[in-house]
Amino acid sequence: MKPTSDVFINNSREALVNDTLQEALAKLAQGFPLKRFNAVSRLAEFDDLRDAARDIKTDVLNNLDSYLEKFEAQVIKQGGKVHWARTADEACKIIVGLCEDAGARTVTKSKSMIGEEIALNESLEDAGIVPVETDLGEYIIQLRKEPPSHIIAPAIHLTIEQVADTFKEAHQDYPADRALTEPRVLLDEARQVLRQRFIDADVGITGANMLVAETGSIVVVTNEGNADLTMTLPKVHIAVASLEKIVPTLEDATTLMRVLARSATGQDMSVYTTLATGPKRDEDQDGPEAFHIVLLDNGRTDMLGGDFHEMLRCIRCGACLNHCPIYKSVGGHAYGWVYSGPMGAVLMPNLLGIGKTGDLPNASTLCGKCEEICPVRIPLPDMLRQWRTRQFDAAVTSSKSHFGLKVWAYMVKRPLLYRFFVSFMLSNLRKFGRKGRFNWLPFAKGWTQVRDFPAPEGQSFIHQYLMSQKRKR
Amino acid sequence: MNDSTQKTPPTVGLFVTCLVDLMRPSVGTAAMKLLGDAGCQVYVPISQTCCGQPAYNAGDLLDAQEIAKQVIGDFAGLDYVVAPSGSCAGMIKVHYPRIFKDNQDWLERAEELSARTYELMSFLNDVMKDPEILGDYTGTMTYHDSCSGLRELGVKQQPRNLMSKVPGLKLVEGAEAEACCGFGGLFCVKYPDISEKIVDAKVDDILATGADTVLGGDLGCLMNVAGRLTRRGSDVKVRHVAEVLAGTTGLAPPIGHPKPKVKG
Repeated sequence: MKPTSDVFINNSREALVNDTLQEALAKLAQGFPLKRFNAVSRLAEFDDLRDAARDIKTDVLNNLDSYLEKFEAQVIKQGGKVHWARTADEACKIIVGLCEDAGARTVTKSKSMIGEEIALNESLEDAGIVPVETDLGEYIIQLRKEPPSHIIAPAIHLTIEQVADTFKEAHQDYPADRALTEPRVLLDEARQVLRQRFIDADVGITGANMLVAETGSIVVVTNEGNADLTMTLPKVHIAVASLEKIVPTLEDATTLMRVLARSATGQDMSVYTTLATGPKRDEDQDGPEAFHIVLLDNGRTDMLGGDFHEMLRCIRCGACLNHCPIYKSVGGHAYGWVYSGPMGAVLMPNLLGIGKTGDLPNASTLCGKCEEICPVRIPLPDMLRQWRTRQFDAAVTSSKSHFGLKVWAYMVKRPLLYRFFVSFMLSNLRKFGRKGRFNWLPFAKGWTQVRDFPAPEGQSFIHQYLMSQKRKR
Repeated sequence: MNDSTQKTPPTVGLFVTCLVDLMRPSVGTAAMKLLGDAGCQVYVPISQTCCGQPAYNAGDLLDAQEIAKQVIGDFAGLDYVVAPSGSCAGMIKVHYPRIFKDNQDWLERAEELSARTYELMSFLNDVMKDPEILGDYTGTMTYHDSCSGLRELGVKQQPRNLMSKVPGLKLVEGAEAEACCGFGGLFCVKYPDISEKIVDAKVDDILATGADTVLGGDLGCLMNVAGRLTRRGSDVKVRHVAEVLAGTTGLAPPIGHPKPKVKG
């Protein structure tokens, strides 16, 4: 999809007046954070696990090359194949090529944010291959031709009434008067429709939550079991993942799993956790004949060792979205691409360039909630600030605020001048602030558009202090 | 420092903060009184202006560093530095060492200042231990936990401990007391529409408590909340917690309210 992060402000204004979106976001705000809180409260060692999870990912990033080589060797040993993709384009070409080699007409897909990042569905469609999303949320937004609005709950922006309408339009051979706003009815219909698609598919494409170096396995977690059908029924399984998804051992994978679902949905574990290692062996009852892993870089190695190195620890749990006051106000689509929330505001400028994503690091109160709950302790507010520093240094901060800041800083660094200006300003404001507040002020329209500006009390504290010292003498 | 055997009272530099200095000096007066009542010798370096946070959060690292150097100089030689704000104290305590990470000389000085800098509530509660609180206020309060104080400095229980010493004060907690109010410095003027949505949620949470007064420890948040409350026509009062603890609420009307007319 074409990013619209450059018009974040417009996107966010539209989101704020979209009543159905606001209704959906209110449900999210009440749901996920409370579920996470309850799950975390049940596990006394949760904070220790976060430290352990952070340390595992830190080690991975410090030794990424050797773990990746080890992973590739293990995949080959198990009869699979690893493909290296530097860019989104390369990854799509590799995957389309593998599908064409398999003579694929339809492919099933389980939810993958990397699939979204590289716009895989568009590439498949361009090659005449029909991709079928099998995660319920992804299936819904595929029918609606929308991008995901949340990295783990892609259709969270929709109300059940909207989903019912979408199903009625897409599944014309079902009775028109069925009660689709009943979750059970909706779910059963999705299962029925998708069942045949699973069987028909020539290739199954999944993402991977983790890549285990010691065994060459991929780990995929879902709540619907759709990834299992996607990877075991077709004759070819392709998994696509970014480089930093690697973990050294199965033991490490279990540590990360203990923080992943709790942070994401407040579950102790996701309903399905599947390890896939190589293609079907002779003694296996089922499984694909061919097992491919496409490893995507797409800018990640440029982040290694730099200011955003720690962002690569992210395990895509979505907790920072669920707890972010900005995300909860405007939803994911406002961010203008496939990622959103604090993790998106740090990651997207890395992937798309800060020029087209300039608002994202600024549209934050730096409240610190994301860092407080991040399962791998990524210092997200610091990284948002780091982007602002880069913008300021490159003088892309808007010239008006750049100038304003410079004038302010000039005075703050000159206490005498500052005192003179403060006295002048306060004595003038005092004349007009008799109601105790201003409902309009020049140069502060952003403030007074939303709230009154409390009037200053009178002379400054330092002025009053100096006067009282004089009186004492 | 506060045991009874100590002869000389600790010296405390009051970092007034630019917002208190400009907008609500009575909070500075309250802070001085609280520190004095707790047995501190209070100094007010008069060349102080601002901690530099607006520059730092806007990405202007050079100005932030120069302003930080100025603050480090202004407050040299005092036992403690105390600010009636979690975000300004957090700037000095947590962020000054970060902005000098590549400058060894200034890093040491920043760390030295960091080690003796406190937010007012945590200083009174954690360092002075069980200080004398002379405030007297009858009313139902709710408390807004400001983000920086809460998450950077762990200010949570301290103001509540101190408030419990004020006779007549009843505290009702908001369900979302720890939620951001949508101020965020320049954020609130750059993204007013989003800020409105966030501050409205905060105001709704406050109104749901039925409290007649909101207290907090950061003037930026309090001005934002007070400004939205009056804009929505609410008469819920907003004050800095120091005013109530010090018993100086007579010095100024609630934030954003007019001065009472003098009868005569």
